[in-house]
Amino acid sequence: MKTVITCKGNNQKAHFDLRFGRAGWFCLIDDESGDPTFIENDQVEVTGGAGVKTAEKMVELGVQKVISGHFGPKAKDLLDKFNIQMVMIDDDDQSISKIIARLNK
Amino acid sequence: MPRRKRLRKVVAPPGFKGYRPYGNAQHKKQFVELLYEEYEAIKLADYDLLNHLEASKLMGVSRPTFARIYESARRKLAHALVETREIRSVFGNAQLDGTWYLCGDCHARFTIPVQMTDHVCPICRSLEIEIIKTK
Repeated sequence: MKTVITCKGNNQKAHFDLRFGRAGWFCLIDDESGDPTFIENDQVEVTGGAGVKTAEKMVELGVQKVISGHFGPKAKDLLDKFNIQMVMIDDDDQSISKIIARLNK
Repeated sequence: MPRRKRLRKVVAPPGFKGYRPYGNAQHKKQFVELLYEEYEAIKLADYDLLNHLEASKLMGVSRPTFARIYESARRKLAHALVETREIRSVFGNAQLDGTWYLCGDCHARFTIPVQMTDHVCPICRSLEIEIIKTK
């Protein structure tokens, strides 16, 4: 199963990003290989449609679970349609490694 | 002009296309159309054992409207049983709703897609989850 966590930087010490469409980076975790990979978000600076574009990207990546702080209505609809689980958490001062540790507990 | 019909929220569509009676002598082609919202009303009231007020809030309609949907559902089912009619599920005035859940332990909010069978919190695997309405 593939999981994506939105984050502010490209390493495990980076903090969690509350935004979905305009998050700096995506941390992709594949349950089979185990190692997290980081993907840069090219939608950070666009003026509109970032959420939808990002949701489309999640579908392309074949992700089953997305962890972020907030999802916009359009992104929500799209992720719902492709049966991707959305998880919203509020702690933005946590590092990615801590969240991964919570997931694997 | 009549007042417009509000869409009723349905968490999950019924897992069947219909039910057909068997063992009856003559084969009748008549059928009863059970709407998605009627299936949902039966499910909320008689399977999840909610009271009508709670159930009506989940479906986004008033309590009296919920009672009307529920009554119509019961009458259709009784009609189908007594007159050995086939039951077909029909979309009706439904709006499929992605329901959000709240974890009681870590306060994460999340959705559970249809194909997922285990109802646990994705972060801490807690079973203490409850339904919230954000949409």
